[in-house]
This record gives sequence, C-alpha cells and structure tokens, in this order.
Amino acid sequence: MIKGYAGKFLEIDLSSGKISETKFSDEILKDYVGGRGLATKILWDRLGSKWEQTDPLAPENLLLFLTGPLTGFFPGGRTCVSGKSPQSNGVVGSTVAGEFGVELKCAGYDGIIVAGEAEKPVYIFVKDSDVEIRDAARIWGKDAKQTVAVLTKECRELLHERFPQKGEWKEPAILYIGPAGENKVRTAVVAAKWTHAAGYGGYGAVMGSKKLKAVVVKGSGPLPEVADMEKVKQLIHTVCEEVYESELWRRWGTGSAGYSVGAKTSSEPVRNWQEEWHDEKSFGVDQFENRVWVKQYWGDFGCPTTCLKVAVVKKGKFKGAITDNPDYELQAYLGTNLGVFTPEENVFLACLIDDLGLCGIQTGNVMGFAAELFQRGILTKEDLDGLELKWGDVEAFAALAKKIAFREGVGDLLAEGTYRAALKIGEKKKRDVLQYAVQSKGIGIGAHGIRSRKDYPEIYSYACSVQGGDHTSTACLPLDDFRSELVMIFNDSAVYCYFNIFGVPRQVKFDFYKAVTGIELTQEDWVNNKAMKILQLQRIMLLLGGPDFKWNPKVHDDNPPRFYEPLPSGPYKGKSVEKAEVRKEVMRYYEAVGWDENGIPKPETLKRLGLEYAEKALDRLH
Amino acid sequence: MATKKEPIWIARDFSKCSGCRKCEIACSLWHENRIWPEASRIRVFMLVPGVEFPHFCAQCEDYPCVKACPANALSVSDETGAVLVDENACIACGQCIDACPGRIPHMHPTENHILICDLCNGDPQCVKVCQEGSWNVLRVVPRKDYSYGLYARKPEEITRDLVVKIYGEKGEEFL
Repeated sequence: MIKGYAGKFLEIDLSSGKISETKFSDEILKDYVGGRGLATKILWDRLGSKWEQTDPLAPENLLLFLTGPLTGFFPGGRTCVSGKSPQSNGVVGSTVAGEFGVELKCAGYDGIIVAGEAEKPVYIFVKDSDVEIRDAARIWGKDAKQTVAVLTKECRELLHERFPQKGEWKEPAILYIGPAGENKVRTAVVAAKWTHAAGYGGYGAVMGSKKLKAVVVKGSGPLPEVADMEKVKQLIHTVCEEVYESELWRRWGTGSAGYSVGAKTSSEPVRNWQEEWHDEKSFGVDQFENRVWVKQYWGDFGCPTTCLKVAVVKKGKFKGAITDNPDYELQAYLGTNLGVFTPEENVFLACLIDDLGLCGIQTGNVMGFAAELFQRGILTKEDLDGLELKWGDVEAFAALAKKIAFREGVGDLLAEGTYRAALKIGEKKKRDVLQYAVQSKGIGIGAHGIRSRKDYPEIYSYACSVQGGDHTSTACLPLDDFRSELVMIFNDSAVYCYFNIFGVPRQVKFDFYKAVTGIELTQEDWVNNKAMKILQLQRIMLLLGGPDFKWNPKVHDDNPPRFYEPLPSGPYKGKSVEKAEVRKEVMRYYEAVGWDENGIPKPETLKRLGLEYAEKALDRLH
Repeated sequence: MATKKEPIWIARDFSKCSGCRKCEIACSLWHENRIWPEASRIRVFMLVPGVEFPHFCAQCEDYPCVKACPANALSVSDETGAVLVDENACIACGQCIDACPGRIPHMHPTENHILICDLCNGDPQCVKVCQEGSWNVLRVVPRKDYSYGLYARKPEEITRDLVVKIYGEKGEEFL
C-alpha cells in the first residue's frame, strides 16, 4: 500500500441505504493521485459509457468527497468535491478548505463516494468505522449557520453518549448545503464553516438532488503513516518559512485586490464586466480592516497564511452581518460587479449568500447579468417580479439572491446559472442575450479579466480550460508555467491549499509528495504524463456533455463576447482582445496538449498516455 | 548537566486564535511522532466557526486532577509545574476529567491512559509554532502566584464568552 493514504474509501448508496468500503489499486492511485485526478478516473470508469445521458441532478450521478495523499500533511487542509457538474456537464475538481479531509483520513478513509438518492432528507455521520445515514428532517430548510449549530450540537451529544470515556469531544467536521443546494440551484455550493465553499461545479445542487443535507466526520486516529516523517516535518517548516514572508496574503488575504485589481490592473468585473476599472477608495482594504474586521488571521488545518479575516457589520442597516473578509472574488462579484462599493454592503451580501448556500462568484455573475438586462430594458420590472435591479441597490440584489435560492419567480430561471438562463431568456425575448453572459462552458468567469493584459490569465485561459471559467484552473502555455491548468491539477489532486505554494520553490511540493508517499515525481513527469492524462479525460467528458446540451469546441472554445469589446475606461481604455489572435492561441494550445484542429484529443495522444480505454469515446465526439 | 528549570506557564490570548491548529500538529508530532489531532494534549475547539481557541491544562494552583487520581498516576513536576502522567500507572478511570473544572484531560484515542499537557519538559512545542507564525496566542511566562485555575473552563463556557466578544449579542444565536 502506498504511504500517506488511509487505504480505503466509503461507498454509500442513498437509494438502498447500503454502506460499504472499496479500494483502488496502487497503480490507479499512482496515476490519478487523489482529489480531482481520482474523481476524473472514478467518474470515467463508472459513468463514462453513459455520460451524455447522465443528468447531473439525477440519482445516477455520483457525488465524491475526496482527500489526497498530502491532505493534512501539506500546510492548509482542503477536501475535493466532484461529480458530473450541473454547470458544465463535465467534471470539475472543486475544493473547499477546512478540517473535513483531515477528519476523514483520521477516521480511516481517503474519500466518500455517494450514489443514488435518499427518500427523505438525510445526513451521513462517520465516526471512524461507524457510519450511519441519519434523518435530517429538522435541519432541511435551515440556513448555513443554523445547520452548523444544530449538527455540531447533535453530533457532539452523540459522541458523548456513545464514547463517554473520552472526556470532552471536539466538534466533528461538517460539509453541508444551504437552502440553495436543497432546491437544486445550479449555483449552489458544498460548504464548510459558514463561509468556506466548493463553489465551481455547482455540487451543492448535486448534494440537494440526493437529499443529502450534510456529511459529518469525526476521526480519532492519526493521519496515515508516511514514507519519511523526518522529511515531512522538515518540509512543513520549509513551506511555512516561505509563507511567513508573504506580507500580501498574510496581512490582507486576497482582500486588498477589491480595490487594486480594479484601480491598478483594470481587470475586475464592474457592472457585469461593462468596465474592468474603478478607483473607488471606499472599497479599499483599509476600510474593510478598520470598519468590519474582528479577527485578522483566520485559517484552516495547518495553514501558515491564515488569509481569511472574520468580518462583522457593527452598525447601520446591515448590523449583525457576519462573513469572512470578503475575499477578492466576493468583493468583486458581490461588490463591484453589482455596482456595490462599501464594505458593509459587501459583507451583508456575502453573509446572505453564505447563509443561503449559494456560490458568491456564480450567483454574483448571474445577478450582474440580470442587472445588465434590466439596464438595457430587456428584462423589465415585471419580468423581475417587481424588483428594480439598479446597480448598487444592495437590497434589490439581496431580494433576488433569496428568490434564486428558493427558486421563486424569476429566481427559478436565474437559478439555472448564467448560460442556461441566457438561453431561456433569449428564447423568450427572441433576441441574443448570450452576448451579455460572461461565462465559459457554463461556468461564470472568475474575477480576473484579460483585456488589460495586466492580470494573470492569458487571452485563451478560460476558452481552453477543462473547467471553463474557473480562475483556479486556467489553461496556459508553456504547459509547465505556474499558471497552467496542468500544474494546478496537482494541488487539486494531492489536495491542499494552493495559496501555500506561492513563493515556495516548485520542487518542494514534489519533495513533499515523495516524503509522504515514497514515490518519486518530477514536474516534467507530472505535466507531460500524469496531469496530461487527467486533463484528457476531463476534456473528453466535458465535450461529451449532455443531457441538456453539448459544447462545440469551434464555437465554445472562445471568450465571452464582452471580452472583445474595448475597455471603456481606466488606464487601459480602448484595449481589448482580437478574435483572430485568440483563435491562433487556442490552436497553439490544442497542438501543445495533443488535440486536433477541432479541439478533440488525438488518438495518438491517448495512446501515448496509456488511455487506449478512452479512445472509443472519441467516436461519440464527432 | 542541565540547569534547574524555572516553573513556567503558557499565557493564552484566545481571541487571537486563527484556528490554524498548528499547536495540535506540533504537540502530536512531539509526543506521538504522528499528526494526530485527537491525541494532542492541546486541542483547538471550534463550537462556532470563527470562535476557535486552544483548550489545554491551566496548571491550577491546587491541582484538583492530581488530588482526584485514585491510582497515583498524576504528579506535579517540581521543575516546570506541569502535571505529569505515569502512563503505566494510569487506569483510565476518567476521575481527573471530572475533577478538572474545565474537563480538560482527555483519553488517548488508542492507548489506555489520560492525556494532559506536560509543558514539553519546559519547552512547549505549541508555543513555538504559534510564535513562529506571529499569531502569539500562546506565550511562555514565568509561573507566579496568580489565579491560573481560572482558565480551566469547559469548552462551552469559553465559547459562550468569546462568541459575544467576537460577534456581539448576535453571537448567542449560534450556540
């Protein structure tokens, strides 16, 4: 058995109530590692032959909670959530911070594979090898904070009753959904600790479709044995020493970017990306720090960065709103993108989004889209159930977010996410509204624009990514660049927080992998072989798509139309990207990753990677 | 020859705790050579998110746990002031847990003995990592004639106070 793994996975079929254990061979674990990589392999093996027919929100879909070999060892614990995505119809490796993955490994499992659909709302409770499916009637419908409070109390009471000799039990780790997930909203998250979320992919909706409100885990064992503990200790130290030098993220988290990505790099979504520049000093991180932060360093298992900040609104209309920071993505998507430029309003909206179990990025994207349609008179007050969706009207956006989470009125339409909502609105209004949808492959684009060319994504990054608009998985050349999707797949597969690798020499993560697993791995081997294999499988499943639609690379391996409009303001006014140039770069990327001119993996690429088993599926792509 | 150590105390500033749990990692690595949160002598409780704090021995002036032990398994170190567990003598009866006003001692997950902070023989590893990251929740100070026992409180009690300190009155809704 490879070191660093607990060695077994839980299989839970919610339809039959059957609970069992399964193992994966050393070969599979060596090739696909864990997290995103292993999710891709599991989904291919179990759903690949019927991928197009599999509805992500039907019982046939699988919901995966996976750790990786480095979870708990590499500073900054996370858990990977995956399945067939109800946003892209492909596979997204979506990770969430917190202690869940650590507790799971300490309980003796590397992951949980959930199939089927429960008859009535349930939650799963894992205490080491004791696993049970429990009634969730009293928490179904509850928001994030209520859910966490009830489950923490209930499960600690169970632990105290069943294992009284222990003394005081620490709280178990919890992953849960809010009302949005219950209502199968495609922008719903799988969440932890009130504010942490696996957002990209929309797996909250998958969890809701299975009537699974939460998974609660307490593991009382140690993390698995490693190949070289002295080396692991030394590497933890190496990573932390580097990170302690990082003033930017330790001090402000990503929260200094709410001002600077707008004002300086001019790549922040403003009013549904109609602009990418602002100079609103009211949105400066100093204002957040001095007005709403109550805790400057907040983090998860083993984290040296602790980039989160706990924020509370202390006075005024939004008094009592609580969330983290917000981080840059939520400052942008629940701030500037909606024309909101004050910390209190931003914290209020982020708090509401957390409580409802919505994704701040995807929901901010679809609300910005709706507001632009209102601005243009395409959606009227009547279409919006009486809401006047004016830029900066934070209460109107709050009302809309609730409608989305509960699928009420127009919220039912927008709960489908930007792309699907755009198709439906376009049909109803008999005009093209996709031009205002800032998304790629059904996934709203992360808050880093490409027009000024001063931010990190390349002009083809979102167009070519196997995770669409996901800003944490950007296509980039050369393939071993630190911004390359292939490099990022390692973080999501070994499963740790990639904010703890900035400034750390790139070899360190592979040294870490070796110290934990005993397996030698080089950047070259990772990028050219292992990550490449995962990428090809993700690409095939993304293109197989279905059942509601299928992506056509010629049309959809492209930027949203907005990115071809010139920037209307700021230091990079007039800049945009040229369609021909993007096309050229897309072709260059195809060539580099072994895809043909139609964007389809070449048979020889699959052969070289030992993916002959996937070759037959290529016929289904043409 | 080692010089005589002075008794110490770990001063604790709960509201600064980031919840990074590096103290648990350092403690379990030191004592068990594993990363093992449930076997750590210092444990971070998070009964409410954002309200994390380390829960560990306060070395009460009257050491009620030591007095309560029916097996003479607990003693006080002359050198550091820590409560020492004789793992062979301990019968895992849990009477020290009930005697502790904070219910701080807890049973080892796999071995048949209680876990209590031993101050790492005067060089607490949890304090080191907390200082290295400049969170400074934990700090070593010389042990004086202060009321340290006040800090031996149950996780629920500490949470009840901190949740209001951090979130205001609204905090009580999350208990």
